[in-house]
Amino acid sequence: MGVGWQRIFGGFLVLLLLALFLPLPGVGQGKLRAAFVYVGPVGDAGWTYAHDQGRRCAEKQVKGVETTYVENVSEADAERVIVDLARRGYKVIFTTSYGYMDATIAAARQFPNTIFEHASGFKRAKNVGTYFGRIEQARYLTGLVAGKMTKTHLIGYVAAHPIPEVVRGINSFTLGVRAVNPKAKVHVVWTNTWYDPGTEREAAESLLNLGADVLAQHQDSPAAVQAASKRGKYAIGYHSDMSKFGGRNHLTAAVWNWCPLYVYILEHVRAGTWKSEDLWWGMERGVVDIAPFSPLVPASVRQLVEARRKAIVQGKFDFFAGPIKDQEGRVRIPQGSRLSDEQQLSMDWFVEGVVGQIPKK
Amino acid sequence: MWKVWIVLRPALSLLLAFTVGAAFLAIAGLNPIKAYVVMLEGPFGSWWGVTETVVKATPLILTSLAVLLPAKMQLWNIGAEGQLHLGAIGATWVALFFPFRQEPQWVIPLMITAGFVAGALWAGIPGVLRAYLNVNEVITTLMLNYVAVLWVDYLIYGPWKDPVSLGFPLTPLFPGSARFPTIPGTRIHLGLLLGLVGVFLVSLILGRTRWGFEIRVIGDNPSAARYAGMNLAKNILLTMVVAGGLAGLAGVGEVAAIQGRLQRGISPGYGYTAILVAWLARLNPWATVLVSFLLGGLLLGGDSLQIAMGVPVSVVYLLQGLIFFFVLGGDALMRSNGVAK
Repeated sequence: MGVGWQRIFGGFLVLLLLALFLPLPGVGQGKLRAAFVYVGPVGDAGWTYAHDQGRRCAEKQVKGVETTYVENVSEADAERVIVDLARRGYKVIFTTSYGYMDATIAAARQFPNTIFEHASGFKRAKNVGTYFGRIEQARYLTGLVAGKMTKTHLIGYVAAHPIPEVVRGINSFTLGVRAVNPKAKVHVVWTNTWYDPGTEREAAESLLNLGADVLAQHQDSPAAVQAASKRGKYAIGYHSDMSKFGGRNHLTAAVWNWCPLYVYILEHVRAGTWKSEDLWWGMERGVVDIAPFSPLVPASVRQLVEARRKAIVQGKFDFFAGPIKDQEGRVRIPQGSRLSDEQQLSMDWFVEGVVGQIPKK
Repeated sequence: MWKVWIVLRPALSLLLAFTVGAAFLAIAGLNPIKAYVVMLEGPFGSWWGVTETVVKATPLILTSLAVLLPAKMQLWNIGAEGQLHLGAIGATWVALFFPFRQEPQWVIPLMITAGFVAGALWAGIPGVLRAYLNVNEVITTLMLNYVAVLWVDYLIYGPWKDPVSLGFPLTPLFPGSARFPTIPGTRIHLGLLLGLVGVFLVSLILGRTRWGFEIRVIGDNPSAARYAGMNLAKNILLTMVVAGGLAGLAGVGEVAAIQGRLQRGISPGYGYTAILVAWLARLNPWATVLVSFLLGGLLLGGDSLQIAMGVPVSVVYLLQGLIFFFVLGGDALMRSNGVAK
């Protein structure tokens, strides 16, 4: 007894030797090879799904591009995966989670000839660009719908991490809600996770128990939409059209369309004109939008939202224009000025109408 | 005849695992041979791959020792995962708060000590409960895993959160003097040395010391041990504490070398995989090194499958699960049949 492990090892060794002598799977010659690192599974119907749709679309639109992806990569394990991809000769590597930021920078230092694009972060280098979309625009519009549709004037918001990106989304949504319904309050529950359908559903349940009759969310799964619709309450989706999870109770959703960004970046790499940029595109370039309305949304509400949408696309309307008050009722953005991009990127306070707290150090 | 079985048994289990796995791959529309080649090529087919496999194996060695040592006396430590997290907390505490500017050379020894002590104390809780109140350690060690992970959460969301992380749950990066040395060009770090020293000491303890002798006797026959005047409670506690310390060292390595900070996901379940490692290694300390390396490779092989063949991660998990199941199950089945006694 006690020697069986040697045989196991022996078996592996034989296979290993076999592997070394077999030819490696061929890789496309002369093609631009791009790789995507995802934090969730591509089937999450959320963040990762939206990125993967963008990847597929860009692969079709940009000639001579070949892509691959690695899904479900934890933020603590990202550096190895990114380095692995760079070693395999992928020319462009898209890292699509905020938590990949330091791992992307570390890998980029080791591979100066590889191009890295990090979604939603703020650290750049000569070979690291960042890109993101102004999903706030879509969130504001969904806020208008929620504000019009609530009867209890209590709206729930299932939120992931208390970082500026999420805070900004809650604020723009609330500005939309309060623009049409000054009585309404938006209650926030933090889940402290991007993707965990069980936790997301529990958070949604707690908000419904509080009396919320519309739920919005900043999560990577449709769990909150499902929870609301199951109880006959309304839901606002995020990332993609989640109506297949919420049916008629899915009023609309703030949706991503990463394709134009991926096409833009890949075209520039192909043409040799790529440079490290901070791309932050909005509805005017089609990166964000809202999903089709549920039949339950009345025509008057649709017209209102459509009109605002048009104004935003044309640059005629800015919901981040003052006066904007914070939760304590203090005017943070006075009349005549607007919340600047820098202020948006470091936003750590809630606007009036939000019920909840941002954990402070 | 039975000698042949000893040789054939694990090979057969593996063959069965890969055959059933191949069937699943074929169902998923993939060429199984190509998939296996890709899967082995990632972790073992290049120098870099091998070094990354060693990086994965390092915490597995230490945590599997933490399972192995108590298992020798029929104590089931399911809590290596939690003890690893406590070790990480201990090391982080030193890295963030020790006033090391004057004496930077003391930081790493202190981190190692703090990690060991933290893991040891954490394992000491179920140790005391088992030794003096006869509370089943399987339940307590398992439950404390969840508590340990929540302690990490509390610290990174609360008092230890990096003020410049804009609300994202991370501690600040450790200063350079609190980072484990690595083999240049790789991520293989001091933790490997700790693991190998751990293996050496554990095998020395088990084979050459009175304490090791008592552990084995208690494992074989507790009442005989009691009649022989051995102190069961003391042995249980001591074994659990040392095991917890070893798992704690795994946590130290993960924060001091791989992450450079405390954050979520420092362990993708090393403490649980360790149970498998200890079992496959037949509770032989030296064998854990090889088994850890192989299982580490199996975990990494999944990346290659995804990158090179576009295999969904769920199929990767399925395949890994199948291989674990057959290697372990086939082995246990044949052993219980007495074929190889």
